[in-house]
Amino acid sequence: MKENVILSFEDLDIRFSLRGQVLNAIRGVSLDVYRGESLAIVGESGSGKSVFTKSAIGLLDANGTIAGGHIWYNDKDLVTFRTEKEWLTIRGKEIAMVMQDPMTSLNPLIPVGDQILEAVVLHQGLRGAAAKRAAVEALRAVGIQEPERRYKQYPHEFSGGMRQRVVIAIAIACRPKILICDEPTTALDVTIQAQILDLIKELQQKLELTTIYITHDLGVVANVADRIAVMYAGDFVEVGRCEEVFYDPRHPYTWALLSSLPQLGVKGENLYSIRGTPPNLFYAVKGDAFAPRNPWALKIDYLKRPPYFQVSETHKARTWLLDPRAPKVDPPEHIRQLREKGGGRYA
Amino acid sequence: MPEKREKLVEVQNLTVTFGPRRRAFKAVDDVSFDIYKGETFGLVGESGSGKTTIGRAIIRVNPVAGGVVKYRGEVISGRVSRETDQRVIRNIQMVFQDPISSLNERAKVDYIVSEGLASIHKHMPEAERKERVAKALQDVGLLPEFASRFPHEFSGGQRQRIGIARALIMEPEFVIADEPISALDVSIRAQVLNLMSALQKERGLTYLFIAHDLSVVRFISDRIAVIYQGKLMELADSEQLFAHPLHPYTRALLSAIPMPDPVTERKKKLLVYDPAQNKYPANDPPLWEELEPGHFVRGSQREMDEYRKMLL
Repeated sequence: MKENVILSFEDLDIRFSLRGQVLNAIRGVSLDVYRGESLAIVGESGSGKSVFTKSAIGLLDANGTIAGGHIWYNDKDLVTFRTEKEWLTIRGKEIAMVMQDPMTSLNPLIPVGDQILEAVVLHQGLRGAAAKRAAVEALRAVGIQEPERRYKQYPHEFSGGMRQRVVIAIAIACRPKILICDEPTTALDVTIQAQILDLIKELQQKLELTTIYITHDLGVVANVADRIAVMYAGDFVEVGRCEEVFYDPRHPYTWALLSSLPQLGVKGENLYSIRGTPPNLFYAVKGDAFAPRNPWALKIDYLKRPPYFQVSETHKARTWLLDPRAPKVDPPEHIRQLREKGGGRYA
Repeated sequence: MPEKREKLVEVQNLTVTFGPRRRAFKAVDDVSFDIYKGETFGLVGESGSGKTTIGRAIIRVNPVAGGVVKYRGEVISGRVSRETDQRVIRNIQMVFQDPISSLNERAKVDYIVSEGLASIHKHMPEAERKERVAKALQDVGLLPEFASRFPHEFSGGQRQRIGIARALIMEPEFVIADEPISALDVSIRAQVLNLMSALQKERGLTYLFIAHDLSVVRFISDRIAVIYQGKLMELADSEQLFAHPLHPYTRALLSAIPMPDPVTERKKKLLVYDPAQNKYPANDPPLWEELEPGHFVRGSQREMDEYRKMLL
């Protein structure tokens, strides 16, 4: 493993068995997560982005198995873990997760302070008054006013944004190295969303965390991500630095995701929308999984899975359009505008 | 020109309260606006601001505590005749936020879509009903065969289309869409927004579009009203509102819109609205004034002067 890589996925295959059929949720995926970076995994629902990250903390559903590949963390292969005891050395302690819905990730019958206390006792080994002080500090660290008073309150006494702050407090109370945020703001208002993202960003710098965001909304991550990995049908189709993916996207699926954002839409005109539906992963995917929905698909897209083509040292995409022999295609209007915004620096 | 436009819905001094009278909570407090025929009127606010309650008061789900709602000049709030009630049911329809919980999971699409018809056309022949369902499904881009399936067999976007078909089969004139795309993926949002604008063009529908995300509301709405804690803060043409946001709350909302542009995003300064900056003494209630044509804002006399300066 390279020095600056903290978590490394190597040729990962994840399968689910459903009603006697096998679903290939993740299809031979490799990704390095760098120490201290903030990575955003972007994709539609069902693309496998949550399954992919959950595999790193041993939270796959019971019918899911890692069928191949490795997940390296500190020279340990997490794929070999079998018991809950092994996972508890990683989950929470090293890699913590903030789930989408703060309503369901908190226990409604326990005061929020005690829920944080549980994490403090388990992971920081503190007891009694010292543990309580650490829990109050955790509440203060996530920007909750009057933490001593709020400590004794129940989740229903908090607003949605405040609840999500409590969930984050629990996650960081374990002093993890990596924080996974699974759609941390989808259930929240736009104003609160911006505040929560700011908070996560601030904590990342203060605690030297590595953060992984999972989201379906590319618009949300421009502010917080250093790198972006776009997932489609259980595979990363494009990986690059934030500016590269926004100002010089290369995969037609990334084009489609960006073009369908209402922020870029022109009133009175139709928004770009992706036709068709994602492939059925119960069947083996032939060629490029996005080909049937891709207006720029080449013949070879239906036959052979494209390799990664390197656009720059940090930017790669899995599309035959980048092959030197492929015809030159013009990306849609919105993408050309984005390129101009980037000043052509990344094109 | 706005004077010439036909007012379809008039909301006048609407107040909606919850709870016992002595400790009533004002969810909507003295709200007034008009919706013109054929336009899309956006209502933006955070959760708990009362935006959904306004929608539900218009469609007669929540009783009003004060003020009136008029539809085509006729009062439809409070006690009304049975005919008026039927007319409201028929002409005003609602599309809900969550396409999973708003569809009866134990009923087939056929029943879900045509349930509304049964209440106004008690003796519609079965063949005609089936035909209307098939047409409604086709209008929203679904196959007529889907009528025999259950909601769980559909994706989120398809379910929201069923929700729209259910509203459209009544051939309404006015549709209240309450966060119709918040629960959907970005790529599906685009489809549903496109469908809504296509249907509006075809049938001359009028929409009340309720949402918390200003960027979506801007894309679809002709005019936007911003609501905070049950009170309207600002109302303007969408482009006007984006070009000259006056009220600090509107400016905070605008600053929170995530833009798909890393460079501007990183330079962006997030404004947080502090309601304490707009406290008004009881003997000097805030005004609601039109500072440029069609652009209304709430504030004290002193604030109005400041806002006027901002418009220069």
